[in-house]
Amino acid sequence: MTPKKRRLFGIISFILPLGFGVFFLLSALNNNIVYFIDPTELISKKKTGQRLRLGGLVKSNSIEIVGTKIQFQITDGSNSVTVSYDGSLPDLFKENQGVIVQGVYDSNIFKADTLLAKHDENYMPKEISKSLKSRGVWRGKEND
Amino acid sequence: MINNLIVELGHIFLIASLTLSLCQFALPFFKINKNPIFIPIISILGFSCTMISFSALMFSFVVSDFSVDLVAKFSHTSKPLIYKISGLWANHEGSLLLWILILQFFGLITSLIKLPDEFHSILNSVQGFLSSLFLSLCIFSSNPFHRSEIIPIDGAGLNPVLQDLSLAIHPPILYVGYVGLSVAFSFAIAALINGKINKQWAIFLRPWIITSWIALTLGITLGSYWAYYELGWGGWWFWDPVENAALMPWLIATALMHSIIVYEKRGELGAWTVLLCIMGFSFSILGTFIVRSGIITSVHSFATDPKRGIIILSILLIVTVLPLTIFAIRSKIFTRDTNINFLSKEMILIINNFILVISSFIILIGTLYPLILEIFTGNQITVGAPYFLTSLSPLMVLTLFFMGIGPILLWKRNHLNEILKTFILPILISIIVFILFFYYLNFPLIAVVGFSLAIWLFLNILFMVYKSTNLDALFNKNKNFKFLTNYQLAVCIAHLGVAVFSIGAVSENFFNKEIIVRIKPGEKIYIGRNLLIFENVVQKLGSNYISEIAKLVYKNKNGDVISNLYPEKRMFPVERQTTTEVAIYRKLFGDIYAVMGDGNIEKGYTFRVYSKPFVSWIWIGAILMAIGGIFSVISSFNKLPFRKSKSQ
Repeated sequence: MTPKKRRLFGIISFILPLGFGVFFLLSALNNNIVYFIDPTELISKKKTGQRLRLGGLVKSNSIEIVGTKIQFQITDGSNSVTVSYDGSLPDLFKENQGVIVQGVYDSNIFKADTLLAKHDENYMPKEISKSLKSRGVWRGKEND
Repeated sequence: MINNLIVELGHIFLIASLTLSLCQFALPFFKINKNPIFIPIISILGFSCTMISFSALMFSFVVSDFSVDLVAKFSHTSKPLIYKISGLWANHEGSLLLWILILQFFGLITSLIKLPDEFHSILNSVQGFLSSLFLSLCIFSSNPFHRSEIIPIDGAGLNPVLQDLSLAIHPPILYVGYVGLSVAFSFAIAALINGKINKQWAIFLRPWIITSWIALTLGITLGSYWAYYELGWGGWWFWDPVENAALMPWLIATALMHSIIVYEKRGELGAWTVLLCIMGFSFSILGTFIVRSGIITSVHSFATDPKRGIIILSILLIVTVLPLTIFAIRSKIFTRDTNINFLSKEMILIINNFILVISSFIILIGTLYPLILEIFTGNQITVGAPYFLTSLSPLMVLTLFFMGIGPILLWKRNHLNEILKTFILPILISIIVFILFFYYLNFPLIAVVGFSLAIWLFLNILFMVYKSTNLDALFNKNKNFKFLTNYQLAVCIAHLGVAVFSIGAVSENFFNKEIIVRIKPGEKIYIGRNLLIFENVVQKLGSNYISEIAKLVYKNKNGDVISNLYPEKRMFPVERQTTTEVAIYRKLFGDIYAVMGDGNIEKGYTFRVYSKPFVSWIWIGAILMAIGGIFSVISSFNKLPFRKSKSQ
């Protein structure tokens, strides 16, 4: 091979796998990102069948527990969504506390497989505080 | 009064340290480095000033001086002493000061070792430059001695989850690793400016790289083990930005310590090694500051304190762009004919180097993507663990395969026939294992691939040990028994660690069983053939908490008691916080992990019970890797020139 051909061969053998790699990577990334949404957005956009993170406050008097199954409502002040979850609850799962659930929205019920409550009394997941601020029901400090 | 004085002294000495660092940086420009005594003196003074400043801050934490804002935010009078001390580095400002202290300590050591004069003065100037960058950040935007406007009666920092011994010592260990890479960075820059990069350079640099690699390994392991037993989610790795931030420099350091061997032995990969030195430190900075300052977790923290964010980003740019520019200008010093045969040890090391670097970039993309997307579109997303698993596992399969071959191949060239003869047996055994696990035990494909590769790696290590020791000398007294050299031991132990780790990680991922139940006292949970019996719940009064402790009796199928598990829930009334204390029954071949949930006697309590086969192998493997690293440091010390001059 002439040096020119060799260089060309070298470049191609470098770019091809790189292209494949980037393509593979981006598709892996695309398939595995989960969007955050609040109840108002969920109801207005009707995003069914897609994996989502739903966040808000646990509505008061909405918790029903049967065995390890639990049903409750998440609210952002204006709208609420019913969530069903099977599993044990985090320490700080309480009424009127921030919560994030991950799962799929189907026939007006959000079926969650993961439930995250905030870690302590003062901390609120930033997605929830942002959503509550935009809905005008934020009662915390301004800079949290 | 005296407290106030100490805080102000700490502040003044911090500024003094910045001045000294600037002098250290400027020394070579004034040509007064003819007298080499200046270099160590300035380093010693700089380090002492920072040490005084650090001690002053530590004193404020120990005596709970809440006039210091940082102490008020991150400490509390009722904390045990050890957690008052560790509160110092549980936050951005304090951890930055600890970071600088370690940086200057390493700078002190490099100023005391004997190196060629010109190289030495540039090296120390670069170290001075780094210290002044971080000291400026510390003084101008992240000052740990900042005073509170209103002095509170007590501090706010009493998160019970964070009061844990392994979490307290985890940041300093990790920082030794991060900052150790700054030495590699300074070595690379000094070599680029000086224009002299040679074998000697590699021999001096290798112990630094491996030492920081050991510290990173131990730091990450501790963090992962803490997450396992403290958080109560049953996992050991969550692909959280904080974890990724430590994993990226670890991967680069792993690549670096292999590429520097190629350079030391064969004179190849010089440019690549220098690039890795620069990259490793950039990732370290990304690791400590972007994470600690909260920028990565929230764009809002950047918006509320733009000055700090901009300074950190500028530092990151300076230590990435500036060196790369110098690299581009000076790249001529590397031009030489490379002559690498495909069937050689160096080729395998190059392949694995690429895989490690690509892996760290995959992690970087997954970590920064949510941040970038939020800035440009406002959408809030999380990148899930499946992204990292699907994109990294094929790469890990390749790495494990090549790791088996690499140590056995010779430098320069090998004959294909010889290679086939050497590896035919391990390949056959691995394939048999594969068939057995896949067709007869019906394990998932990826799990089987993982196990077969771990066995492949293990067999090749065995072969290496067999080849390098003459076992017949044990029975024949005329022959001298020859064991592995320290260097070979390092390779064997560290790679064995990887094999052990892989078995642990694959088992945890694929054969982990989770059972969630709500049961009343007297009821049972079945785990495979064994069972757990929920006996009772007792309430107890702790030092500053009330706890509910459940008693679970773990029995085998014959009804013999194996062990008792006591999962616990603690309520901290002052902090209004609840924590769960996990109960773990540890065995080499698997853990039983029980978490107590909410409930009462009438309705029953929820329990989450996991059976985790081989999970402890994850940490055993990581510790073996670190032990291998220690042998490697010993072997690299023996090569240092000053050792030879002593013996003469």
